[in-house]
Amino acid sequence: MNRGFSRTTGGKPLSSLNIRRQRAERRFRRIGLFGVGLALASVLFLLGTIFSSGYSAFWRLHFAVDIDFDPVLMNVSSDPSLEELRDVNYLALFRKNLERSYPEVKGRSERRKLAQMFSESVPDILESLVISNPSLVGSKQRIWVLSSSSAEMIYKGAAPRDIEETRRVLTDQQLTWLDQWQGENLTRTRFNFRFFTSGPSRSPELAGLGGAIVGSALTLLVTLLISFPMGVAAAIYLEEYAPKNRVSEIIEVNINNLAAVPSIIFGLLGLAVLLNVFGLPRGTPLVGGMVLSLMTLPTIIIASRAALKAVPPSIRDGALAMGASPMQTIFHHVLPLAMPGILTGTIIGLAQALGETAPLLMIGMFAFVADTPSGILDQASSLPVQIYLWAESSERGYVELTAAAIMIILVFLVFMNLLAVFLRKKFERRW
Amino acid sequence: MIEISPPSKKSEKNFTTRLESVDEFDRVETVGEMFVDRPKVSCLGVSVHYGDKQALFNINLDLGRNEVLALIGPSGCGKTTFLRCINRMNDTIEGCRVDGEIKIEGAEINHSDADVVSLRSKVGMVFQKPNPFPKSIFDNIAYGPRIHGLSGPKNELDDIVETALKRAGLWEEVSDRLHTPATGLSGGQQQRLCIARAIAVNPEVILMDEPCSALDPIATARIEELIDDLREKFTIAIVTHSMHQAARVSQRTAYFHMGHLVEVGVTDQMFTNPRQRLTEDYITGRFG
Repeated sequence: MNRGFSRTTGGKPLSSLNIRRQRAERRFRRIGLFGVGLALASVLFLLGTIFSSGYSAFWRLHFAVDIDFDPVLMNVSSDPSLEELRDVNYLALFRKNLERSYPEVKGRSERRKLAQMFSESVPDILESLVISNPSLVGSKQRIWVLSSSSAEMIYKGAAPRDIEETRRVLTDQQLTWLDQWQGENLTRTRFNFRFFTSGPSRSPELAGLGGAIVGSALTLLVTLLISFPMGVAAAIYLEEYAPKNRVSEIIEVNINNLAAVPSIIFGLLGLAVLLNVFGLPRGTPLVGGMVLSLMTLPTIIIASRAALKAVPPSIRDGALAMGASPMQTIFHHVLPLAMPGILTGTIIGLAQALGETAPLLMIGMFAFVADTPSGILDQASSLPVQIYLWAESSERGYVELTAAAIMIILVFLVFMNLLAVFLRKKFERRW
Repeated sequence: MIEISPPSKKSEKNFTTRLESVDEFDRVETVGEMFVDRPKVSCLGVSVHYGDKQALFNINLDLGRNEVLALIGPSGCGKTTFLRCINRMNDTIEGCRVDGEIKIEGAEINHSDADVVSLRSKVGMVFQKPNPFPKSIFDNIAYGPRIHGLSGPKNELDDIVETALKRAGLWEEVSDRLHTPATGLSGGQQQRLCIARAIAVNPEVILMDEPCSALDPIATARIEELIDDLREKFTIAIVTHSMHQAARVSQRTAYFHMGHLVEVGVTDQMFTNPRQRLTEDYITGRFG
């Protein structure tokens, strides 16, 4: 058949065009699918790594020790007062008890190695036990205490075991003790409540996120209180009142630009203005919240303006024609309809603020704050800064803590996003 | 009587040029009875500009008591703009300037100490598209009385709502679901709800901007009946694109063309015997 002819009549060539088009279509779809798959795989890989290295932080290894609360060892009378009990050297009590339980361990360095199997917190644990229950004095108790981080890492398999002694976190002798205790059922693992309640610590087994969570919550509260009313008010003014002219155009462009400014710049601004000019207290949730609200404001303003713009003008006309003042129109009709969008924008903005590290580092929220902050004027840490600090620490025990803290912050972020979806669904009205 | 000539653009163009040649285009003299005795609303020399563009040229028109005035004319001729002058809804449009004198019961509404809120409680408005608030039926009606402080105790508000719904002929249909969302009503019911909402504050004038353009013929007929009933208490100005509607509901009709008020007359006379060629062309369907 004459191909030239069929091309002009559009029989065969058209179908070949069809085939080419369908092929292109399929190719395009495959590229899109590949992109989605790649994104999904990276997220899963990320979550997988974090989970696999972090889940173990929620469990802590405990060892059983027999403690004889002998008044002679404690150097107190047989019926001691609280004052006396506070003055006891519990470290010495613990060491002497270890000597009694393990008489075969001789020599200072051997004994120190044995003591190093346990957490540094053991004397504190003993003290609080005795103070809360003074009748323990004179009795013998089997007490479960935290293991040291090194022993725990070997136990959990997070630190390699089958390498030469000098590079291992435990010595051969310590390894033998660990295996021996495991055989005698002197080990157990328990849920790590401390992780959620205590502050940072030099010892990984004692470190927790409590202070950072409270610090982040206080910071976010300040951010919310500043940026939500200001952002919504600005959006209402720009959308409902401001004349459309050159000035309002410039303002709009600037707000959009503000949303794209790197967050560390806001931190520098906070350092230069809030701390140096106004002399606000350094490293506090107040200053952190103020800096983060600068960052959140544009997000809230843009989202709120979009939500206000989406309210049909017929509703405004109806209210105005009924004789409602512009303010009544906004508060009775426009704002309730725009609220779901505004709330969603606010929560997304706050979620961004929750994960922000750089500006908080600039204004000094990186200090080692052992206490949980009790107000917005106390020095505080925050979740992302805590993650940053732990990630920098060289001790092996902090690796799982870092991953666990990332899991916690992810949980908070997911929760906030779900809240945004929930609020939107709940308050969404159709008209 | 009616010339058979190719309709639409050509004749319109011819006419425009004729008008221009006869008179200066921005000084069209209105023909007919634009003034009445003891007017409710009187407009003298009203001109409206949107930015640089002039939308209304020197309109003189009265709204009589207990009368329905129909405003007709091709799209973009300024009917709605004129309507929105009377309750100052043009204030909400940026760059809009209204000149001239508009008086309600002799009081100038654009006067510097005239209050727009009390004006709008005296002049209600019904829009082209039914726009009930996304609240309950009861709250829709009660909104006006609430913000204007017309309602005292709760049962008084109930009475106001019931009266307004009865007057709008909606009471029978919705009395058992006053607290369900108003957006669940049909289009025609929504529009009657909007009328009920407007009359709940006891206005003196009701402005209607093509109230039936989004409705089916049955709903339209109901609204037209309603307009006829409402005439007993209110002064009504209605913008409409339907010549039949204008003929059915109104006593006087005003014909607007490109921002000019061309002719005003008693409706019957206007539709049978228009005095202006432009009016005749429009109502016989030659353009528009």
